[in-house]
Amino acid sequence: MERTYKLKKGLDVRLAGEAAQTLAKAAVSSLYAVRPADFHGITPKPCVKPGDKVRAGDPLFTDKATERIHVASPVSGTVKEIVRGERRKILHITVEPSDNQVFADYGTADAATIGREELIDLLLRAGLFAFIRQRPYDVVANPDDAPKALFVSAFSKMPLAADFAFAIQGREAHFKNGLKALAKLAPVFLGISPEQTGCAWVPTEGCEVNVFDGPNPSGNVGVQINHVSPVNKGEIVWTLGAEEVAFVGELLETGHVNLTRRIAVAGSEVIRPEYVETPIGASLSAILKDNVTNSEHNQRVIDGNPLTGRKASADDFLGARTTEVCVLPEGDDRHEVLGWIMPRLKEFSANRSYLSWLLGKNKAYNLDCRIKGGERHMIMSGEYDRVFPMDIYAGYLVKAIITGDIDQQEALGIYEVAPEDFAVAEFVCSSKLELQHIVRQGLDALRKENA
Amino acid sequence: MIQKTLDKLRPHFSEGGKFSALRSVFDGFETFLVVPSATSKSGVSIHDAIDSKRIMSFVVIALMPALLFGMYNIGYQNYAAAGATASCWTMFLYGLVVMLPKIVVSYGVGLGIEFVVAQWKKEEIQEGYLVTGMLIPMIVPVDTPLWMLALAVAFSVVFAKEVFGGTGMNIFNPALVARAFLFFAYPTSMSGDKVWLAKDTWFGLGNAIPDTKTLATPLGEAAAGLAPSGDIWQYCTGLMPGSIGETSVIAIAIGAVILLCTGIASWKTMCSVFVGGALTAWLFNIGGLDNAVANIPWYEHLALGGFCFGAVFMATDPVTSARTEGGKYIYGFLIGGLAITIRVLNPGYPEGMMLAILFMNMFAPLIDYCFVQRNISKRLKRAQDK
Repeated sequence: MERTYKLKKGLDVRLAGEAAQTLAKAAVSSLYAVRPADFHGITPKPCVKPGDKVRAGDPLFTDKATERIHVASPVSGTVKEIVRGERRKILHITVEPSDNQVFADYGTADAATIGREELIDLLLRAGLFAFIRQRPYDVVANPDDAPKALFVSAFSKMPLAADFAFAIQGREAHFKNGLKALAKLAPVFLGISPEQTGCAWVPTEGCEVNVFDGPNPSGNVGVQINHVSPVNKGEIVWTLGAEEVAFVGELLETGHVNLTRRIAVAGSEVIRPEYVETPIGASLSAILKDNVTNSEHNQRVIDGNPLTGRKASADDFLGARTTEVCVLPEGDDRHEVLGWIMPRLKEFSANRSYLSWLLGKNKAYNLDCRIKGGERHMIMSGEYDRVFPMDIYAGYLVKAIITGDIDQQEALGIYEVAPEDFAVAEFVCSSKLELQHIVRQGLDALRKENA
Repeated sequence: MIQKTLDKLRPHFSEGGKFSALRSVFDGFETFLVVPSATSKSGVSIHDAIDSKRIMSFVVIALMPALLFGMYNIGYQNYAAAGATASCWTMFLYGLVVMLPKIVVSYGVGLGIEFVVAQWKKEEIQEGYLVTGMLIPMIVPVDTPLWMLALAVAFSVVFAKEVFGGTGMNIFNPALVARAFLFFAYPTSMSGDKVWLAKDTWFGLGNAIPDTKTLATPLGEAAAGLAPSGDIWQYCTGLMPGSIGETSVIAIAIGAVILLCTGIASWKTMCSVFVGGALTAWLFNIGGLDNAVANIPWYEHLALGGFCFGAVFMATDPVTSARTEGGKYIYGFLIGGLAITIRVLNPGYPEGMMLAILFMNMFAPLIDYCFVQRNISKRLKRAQDK
């Protein structure tokens, strides 16, 4: 029987343009790209040169330090370019897909009998291990570590997020098979939402299933870890995206690396908000083709959801871990007069000086990307704590990071958090601090310090 | 249209323009008129509509009932002292004429310093002074000279706020620091029985009253060992001498409702101040002390002096109060208790609220430290139990 955790803290923001549960055919992308930045924590070293032929599942780059953690090509075709930025940092590696898709064959294996070392070796070679992240630091995991647990969250309460129950349709068996195999690495904990109890894809044995009932960010794996088995200093917990579990299951069953996801295309600027099936790395312009409103104002394409996603552009590519693509009005051409005193019924606020608390929880808002205020020092107290469902003083932790006080960061629990856990707090912050950026920098600095 | 005008003016005010020395002023007015259209570059793409301008504006709005009533009371006290009669409007207008220069001086001096600092540090102007600048004229006696007010404002903005790094970084409530400055630098102008009356005529309004005329606050009378005049009804409506904004419990209550409904002030802090004050005053009531202030009934204690005003508008300042949720109860409770204790035990300071809040401002970080430390110990213990 699952255990239910009731979470009170948090905030659900409903946005206009949630994806309907229908599947559309996406335009074929003429170029795919994999971004090393999606695998934060490894320094990439290319395994291919422009002009090389690759199959889907062949490594495109690997980590420079150990050359063991590969990242695979989502499609078969020809490597077109290794795009570099400042100081020759690899931005992405592009692949032109071939007409018929060929998969690299890694051989099948039985999830029930495969050994731990054997599984890790297979995942490393096939480029799926790179998807596993670790707490502390929220970086790509180290295959030599012995984590105390592996956490998977099967839902997201972020605005406009894809519904996993729909995204996994047709691949339920792969998902269960993947969970069975991953239990070889560490005890597996699956977090589900109350609506997902009893779904066919929720396994009844082999892993611990917990139900998390509460507003956003209850679907964040970090929140779930904090309630089930918090990370202490010196401990390591691995996390993996729910759909990536299905990648593992499929690899064992078929021997193929099939990095195809069902992506939610959502947002108020999308004509038909629905799902499309596409391999990762597809160009966003193909995914959004003929589906973005033809408006005069500026638009923002977000690789991910509006709270944790990355600001992208139409000539960008789908991130490796992305589960939804959103298009919202940018808002930089809007000039609102005397906003500090107007009722602003179309704006959403968790603060009751606006009226959104009277307008009901189901009202969907059409928000743009303006910051709507200037950056200040932290003034209000308790703002973050109300939307931060972890046993951590979020405001104090952020202050410790800003001041670079490493001992205090450790004491306040920085090992338990990832930037995404601060997304809702960043949304409500009246001082408009870039919390996710601050936490990311803090984690990176701490990792360097402790290395 | 506003946007077009602003766009046309902007080049003059930016770096290298004719008025580049006024850049921060221009920025301040621009963001005041139009919501900045800057969009986020990293992190969350969407933001809550709240910002510190909105928060500060709502506190100022919440202060309005107390301010308007204070103006009326200035007139009322003047006409009552002269024994003259006049309509409500005349009294209010007189109060307005007396009060307006104080507000102008407070904002002029304070915002002036803020503009200079913002320009110098190349930062945006911080809104914190919108509240402070309204609070300061409301917590001084009506007879305070303007130059004194200007001096106090300058002192508190520079030494209580800017040296710490501006709004959000200060330890002490700047408005109370201004009042404390006046209280210790010019004690005769801040307490006693000569300062609670506006004594001049302006534009034919009001009555000239001789300097020798005295008018004591109920707490002042009690501190001098006399029975305080007035009854609880008078204390609630506020038609009695006192600092300009602090006399009317009803007007302050309207402000409290605004602050609590919008969630801008913490109900935890506010309620605990009243609980702490009531409990302490009640203990003094039954303690049998031979002291006129100790024998004021506890409910009258809460209605007198700056207790309500301090509890609603000063103790709840998020920057200088305790920041942990549990800490807010202790912080508020101790303010209430200390304020009454100072009133009762030290007849030199009939108004204990100011010192109590400043004192607890100093200890708020310690209270928070205890709560945060408890979380830290819990985490350490969890790691050791493994």
